[in-house]
Amino acid sequence: MIDKKTLEEHNLTPEEYQRIVELIGREPNLTELGIFSLMWSEHCSYKSSKIHLKKLPTTGPQVIQGPGENAGVIDLGEDLAAVFKIESHNHPSFIEPYQGAATGVGGILRDIFTMGARPIALLDSLRFGPLDQTANRVIMEGVVSGISGYGNSIGVPTVGGEVYFHPCYSLNPLVNVFCLGLAPKDKIFYARAGRPGNPVLYVGAKTGRDGIHGATMASAEFDENLEKKRPNVQVGDPFKEKLLLEACLEAMAQGLIIGIQDMGAAGLTCSTTEMAAKSGTGIEINLDLVPQREEGMTPYEIMLSESQERMLLVTTEEKVGQVQAIFAKWDLDAVVIGRVIEGKNLKVWFKGELVVDVPVEAVVNLCPVYHRPWKEPTERGQQILKELPSHPSDFNRVFRQLLASPTIADKEWVFRQYDHMVQINTVFLPGADAAVLRIKGTPQALAVTLDGNSAYCYFNPREGGKIAVAEACRNLACVGARPLGVTNCLNFGNPEKPEIMWEFKEVVEGMAEACRNFNLPITGGNVSFYNETEGNPIYPTPVVGVVGLIDDLKKALRPGFQNQGDLIYLLGPWGESLGASLYLREIVGQEKGPAPRVDLHLEKKIQEFCLEAIHQELLHSAHDISEGGLAVCLAECCFHSESFLGARIALPPEPRPDIALFNEDQSRLIVSLSPEKEKTFLQLAETKEIPLTHLGEVTGQAITITQAGQIIIDLSVAEAYQIWKTSLPNFFKIKS
Amino acid sequence: MKFGVVIFPGSNCDYDTYWVLKEVFHQETLFLWHKDHDLRGIDCVVLPGGFSYGDYLRSGAIARFSPLMQEVREFAARGGLVLGICNGFQVLLELGLLPGAMLRNKNLKFLCQFVHLKINNAETPFTNQGRPGQVLRIPIAHYDGNFYAPPETMEEIKKNNQIVLQYSTSTGETTEEANVNGSLENIAGLINQQGNVLGMMPHPERASEAVLGSQDGRLIFQSIISWLS
Amino acid sequence: MKIRVLVSFKESVLDPQGQTVKNALHSLGYDFVKDVRQGKVFELEIDDLPREQLEVKIPEIADKVLANPIIEKFEWEILE
Repeated sequence: MIDKKTLEEHNLTPEEYQRIVELIGREPNLTELGIFSLMWSEHCSYKSSKIHLKKLPTTGPQVIQGPGENAGVIDLGEDLAAVFKIESHNHPSFIEPYQGAATGVGGILRDIFTMGARPIALLDSLRFGPLDQTANRVIMEGVVSGISGYGNSIGVPTVGGEVYFHPCYSLNPLVNVFCLGLAPKDKIFYARAGRPGNPVLYVGAKTGRDGIHGATMASAEFDENLEKKRPNVQVGDPFKEKLLLEACLEAMAQGLIIGIQDMGAAGLTCSTTEMAAKSGTGIEINLDLVPQREEGMTPYEIMLSESQERMLLVTTEEKVGQVQAIFAKWDLDAVVIGRVIEGKNLKVWFKGELVVDVPVEAVVNLCPVYHRPWKEPTERGQQILKELPSHPSDFNRVFRQLLASPTIADKEWVFRQYDHMVQINTVFLPGADAAVLRIKGTPQALAVTLDGNSAYCYFNPREGGKIAVAEACRNLACVGARPLGVTNCLNFGNPEKPEIMWEFKEVVEGMAEACRNFNLPITGGNVSFYNETEGNPIYPTPVVGVVGLIDDLKKALRPGFQNQGDLIYLLGPWGESLGASLYLREIVGQEKGPAPRVDLHLEKKIQEFCLEAIHQELLHSAHDISEGGLAVCLAECCFHSESFLGARIALPPEPRPDIALFNEDQSRLIVSLSPEKEKTFLQLAETKEIPLTHLGEVTGQAITITQAGQIIIDLSVAEAYQIWKTSLPNFFKIKS
Repeated sequence: MKFGVVIFPGSNCDYDTYWVLKEVFHQETLFLWHKDHDLRGIDCVVLPGGFSYGDYLRSGAIARFSPLMQEVREFAARGGLVLGICNGFQVLLELGLLPGAMLRNKNLKFLCQFVHLKINNAETPFTNQGRPGQVLRIPIAHYDGNFYAPPETMEEIKKNNQIVLQYSTSTGETTEEANVNGSLENIAGLINQQGNVLGMMPHPERASEAVLGSQDGRLIFQSIISWLS
Repeated sequence: MKIRVLVSFKESVLDPQGQTVKNALHSLGYDFVKDVRQGKVFELEIDDLPREQLEVKIPEIADKVLANPIIEKFEWEILE
């Protein structure tokens, strides 16, 4: 009955099928095959990535829950815990940008409130192809409105993130969504079934034929048959999810829930089997009791549906009535559809027949693990900048071009479509190095940032992996936050290609090294493979989300200059290479390496110095040097000042000005301080052995950069700001 | 004095408003559930921001039918103070307690940003701590805030001095550019003829604590408190 | 039976969504499009009612719930 074609449609290999037959001791029926195909898909099983993900550090005294649950949990001291995770929704967002992005937000929110936490912030890492192509603009506009439509409605602020542009994301956009929640430390909920006899309740939206095979879709490359895949995309209902959120949190607060699991990418299949597997029990459900939106649904369709805004929860017999009363208050159904049972099987009944009877362990944990072959690509070595590009004749022009580059330009066009203030915790509006959220009733604040540079990873995935972690932590250091935990979203091409597998292995090992350096645990995340369109993979794109704590919010620092006459310092080295820089790629027009390298020892020293200087209140501003180099960083410090403060700085005789201004070497930031604090600042730097340079001072209304008395760049802040501010909206102007 | 913050399904600024009234202004504050029939002796009802019923039909269109809103209607008729913020303003328009309607923002995008507001009428229970022409800096966050009313209604509104707050520049000029969402007469806040029901699109609860970047929203709450005491 | 109710902005009210669609059509070269008004369609599945009752009930529903009479107008028809 199960032929080759059916197997192919389920993305299962003949060997995997053989294994299923052995595990269940017979041929599976179609529904059972569907269940295995979902749970053994790359998306759910991590079968290609598992052996490498094991290398990541996941423990630490602050870790309450590491990988393996809906989200990671970190102890914040006192009685609070931070619950957070990042997840990709790349493939659905390509097929239908609005709904793809919206349901991505819906999914990550459920991951957080399933754990018992109230979601308090969303951030997104978005990557698109160049905006001069209509298709990319359409995708971006759809994705941004999708995020806005869902997040704004449910009332969780979207407080930051990043938006990058590169041709490798043309027709393969990345939408990585991060959510942070807060929970009482002693009230964290997990996906577990508890004891046999416990009733299993289905809550939330009705089941329809949405997204059948979404999880397997996320595990296959795109081709020209895109149109055919469109029906797979689910439609989000943020209003329903808001009700679900409130009802779940209320039931949890009243101690009515034993275990709970979101019906995410693999719907009823995933939630039933994972909860049972974690408790070492069986589970039995009757599909006739599942609320259905469409008529004539088959067991296969009900088990594999990815309808959104649904949860499965387990309670005890005597509490069923109370749970149902709470859901009824929020106009939601809570239906008992089955029970936890003795034994270790998933049993599914449909119209009086047992249509599924498989061991949950086989479904959840016995998927084959692949040691996929990897091979370093040879051609990358040849893509190294051999000789320096010619020296620009007009630095002002280059500077203007850089400020207008969509990756660097102001993202207000994006952020003002998001409600970034609801819940009244947002202290730093989007645009700072990290989002800062107060914790009500305490002097503390949480800081969150997302980071990752795929160009670095393309030329040197190991360094790129390290830099993603290092830079995210540096972003936190700039606002004055100590990092506590990391979540990562690893976006790559087809892992069956040895070059891609090599990229993946290198990135993961680099991240692991950096995390160990900062004593930082990775508490979860997501792997997204098969990001290829017509055989062209994206650059390796790890996105790192780091959550940190600011002990005294009053000391938190912003990137903008504060006062005329303040001194401007460069912390860290001058840097020496233009390799993999945005300047080289977009202005010179050469996509060449090598990628910057990061000295993790120096990086840690500089971050600790920055935190100490902030703690001692020596600084007025701090801003990380990243894309566009020192010149762009300096401009941003001026833009973020209250009244367009200018800056005058001098470059040293070496390196060449283009290198000094635009290189993206690591471990560097620009800080400003009042002259009275300079002595203490320098003493502290000396004891900590921090390389630094006095660049100049905050003065006037222009950005003036000189070398040996010669003016290199001289541009009024107002003009530079205008270029930076209007670049992105200009791409989206309604033409009349 | 006692404040009541209404929770509709889909309200999402309910806790924010409650926090500000209770923790910042130390007022006795209750949540009122949309299905209830009793205002429990409150002196001022606040309809908070959010997306009641998902705003799937029109913003505020379904919330107006909830049992509690029938109580609010009577409460308002008796002269009780009603403040509608953002979605609350939209509910008051749908309910007919305020004249006019909301269209989509002129740029067709959701807008979340700080705006400047000129106080046009400082003799209301909601603005009595301000002075005419005073400029406040308070954030907006909405999709449908583009106020519209037919010409005859606009005549009435102006004649009765019902325009309380207007989108303006930082110096108080009500220019076209400052009119972020395209509202008629730059209307950001509107009061009923009796002067006890105010709807405003900006969120004063988001600008009531120094840590959030502005405390100009306090003026609205302080005015209510001083009016009631 | 099935009733279709069409809700759209009154002529006197600016319809920015419709304007945007018109501009998009023009930019794609469909210059013959003179104006676009955007609206909403509701399809109601209802108990069979005699015509005279429909004449009362449907406008009532449209006026009270489906449309905001300050800015919107409606039309309705019997589909089947």
